[in-house]
Amino acid sequence: MASVTGVSVADELPGPDGRGPLSGDNAGTGRLGDKAFAAAAKGSGALVIGLVTLVGVFLLWQAIPAIADDKVNFLTSREWSVSDSDNLRFGIVELLWTTVAASTIAMLIAVPVGVAVALFITQYSPRWLSRPAASIIDLLAAVPSIVYGLWGLKTFTPWFDPFQIWLSDHLGWIPLFSRTGTSGTILLIGVVLSIMILPIVTALSREVFAQTPVTHMEGALALGATKWEMIRTAVLPFGRPGVISAAMLALGRALGETIAVTIIVSTLPQGSKWTWSLLNGGETFASRIANNAGEFDSPAKTGAFIAAGLVLFVLTFIVNAIARIVIERRKAFTE
Amino acid sequence: MSTDTVAKAPERAAPPALGHPARGRAFRDQLARVVMWVAFLIALIPLVWILWTVLSKGVGLVLDSQWWTNSQKGITSRREGGGAVHAIQGTLIQGVTTSVISVPIGVMTAIYLVEYGRGKFAKAVSFMVDILTGVPSIVAGLFVYAVWVTTFGFQRVGFAVCLALVLLMIPVIVRSTEEMLKLVPNELREASYALGVPKWKTIVRVVLPTAFSGIITGVLLGLARVMGETAPLLILGPYTKSIATDLFGGYMATLPTMINQDRTESLQPAVDRVWAAALTLILLVLILNLAGRVIARFGSVTK
Repeated sequence: MASVTGVSVADELPGPDGRGPLSGDNAGTGRLGDKAFAAAAKGSGALVIGLVTLVGVFLLWQAIPAIADDKVNFLTSREWSVSDSDNLRFGIVELLWTTVAASTIAMLIAVPVGVAVALFITQYSPRWLSRPAASIIDLLAAVPSIVYGLWGLKTFTPWFDPFQIWLSDHLGWIPLFSRTGTSGTILLIGVVLSIMILPIVTALSREVFAQTPVTHMEGALALGATKWEMIRTAVLPFGRPGVISAAMLALGRALGETIAVTIIVSTLPQGSKWTWSLLNGGETFASRIANNAGEFDSPAKTGAFIAAGLVLFVLTFIVNAIARIVIERRKAFTE
Repeated sequence: MSTDTVAKAPERAAPPALGHPARGRAFRDQLARVVMWVAFLIALIPLVWILWTVLSKGVGLVLDSQWWTNSQKGITSRREGGGAVHAIQGTLIQGVTTSVISVPIGVMTAIYLVEYGRGKFAKAVSFMVDILTGVPSIVAGLFVYAVWVTTFGFQRVGFAVCLALVLLMIPVIVRSTEEMLKLVPNELREASYALGVPKWKTIVRVVLPTAFSGIITGVLLGLARVMGETAPLLILGPYTKSIATDLFGGYMATLPTMINQDRTESLQPAVDRVWAAALTLILLVLILNLAGRVIARFGSVTK
């Protein structure tokens, strides 16, 4: 089965000659067939690098003119009116707030639950249950996001709404929970996103927890630790980098999730008052683009949305790069 | 079994630690056990809930034979009837086209990483595959829009959707193929070299066949992912109610866009069709997933 990080058991075990992974075996003969095949393989690798670079370059290239024409500050304005291409006014601060707020809520729920589920699967479940349990949690990742959106809107929202009303009635004095009267809220999408990213957190945490050296675990137990103390002192510290990078990968997914957010969260009318409330609607980068996908006609107008897409790309790039670096460093430490 | 006895023994034998009443430690241990079980059960709730909702609301139409044979041509949201064959067909055509483009690139990249890769360039490729894994699907859609429509001035067609999906499918295939190639025992390669077989032929005739079932699993899982994608379709693949098979001209319906089209309808016939389309999509994706897992289970490389 594919691992989430690309770090597998095979990486940990160097071959009999002590050669690590990603090293090649120098067995090419220099004949034509070998040269051609090696070139094709290397070419595919180069293509992948090229694709990612092209994504960045094209988005930049088409976003820059639009940002240059922007009459208001791109980073700090709340306005978004792009229908008049001579008077482009768009800023991302509201999109950024909604995106970050919803993803943060999702992380706050999904990371603890996901880690607990991973611990359950690797440490607590009866042996017959651990494999089916892992496949069942993986199934959550297989459900298409539009189905999450549909379920979230039609089934989950009516069920969740009384809780939101209760929250605004009792905790409304906190700005985060002030009442706004919408039911498709940032809080709600945070909860739905947490379900969607749970399998990512679980899959990767499970992988690293399962790699905890048995000697560490037995050592802890031999010193008289209870099972929970053993987990706290042996399994969790060993798996921490894995959990951090799992959280980052999950965050990347939550930031970029499109259709579920588009379906569930109510959009706000232009010029509505700013509020910090999580019980308010809004649009994320992705849902703003998706909501207006039908109106991409003039290059200037499209440029504004591509600029939003660029910011999203940069955000996810950073988050994913951090995830990757954390897990790489772990590898360096354990070897 | 053995870990169980190891785990329980110290509980019984634990001496009362100084300043920490043993009862408190045992309680926390039990509490942790309960918390883990509860977390697992909580994680099950949404899965069961979603599957049940979609199944109970969509099963009526899906069991109707018309669903699998007719399109929505000429059917308004007020009228019952019609099927999803146009959307199912569109999803399958785009999925297969996407695979045809991404499988060679993905498999060759994985071969490069495992069999040839060395030094900085291989590290860079591996890093970029990770970044590609994290590219949000809407960004992939925007990118292809920026290239296909804004730069080249082409129309929004099915093939453009496929190009966006290729970006999402390649990393899945690379990662799973890489994993499988690493599991192929080195002795097989060495035996082949010893017989004088050139490296490329060793890879094509020995390494790839050994890893074949694993690669197929990766392809099926990748296919399941791209078939459920909606975001690029919103930008690049507008919906149509009739059957279309031309990837290069006109609009092409798919299951996600069919759901998206009618999701705001409140008339019952349209609502029913939305749920039925969702059920069809889930079935399609789950079948691909299960097939992938079964192949992985029974065909995996063992030493």
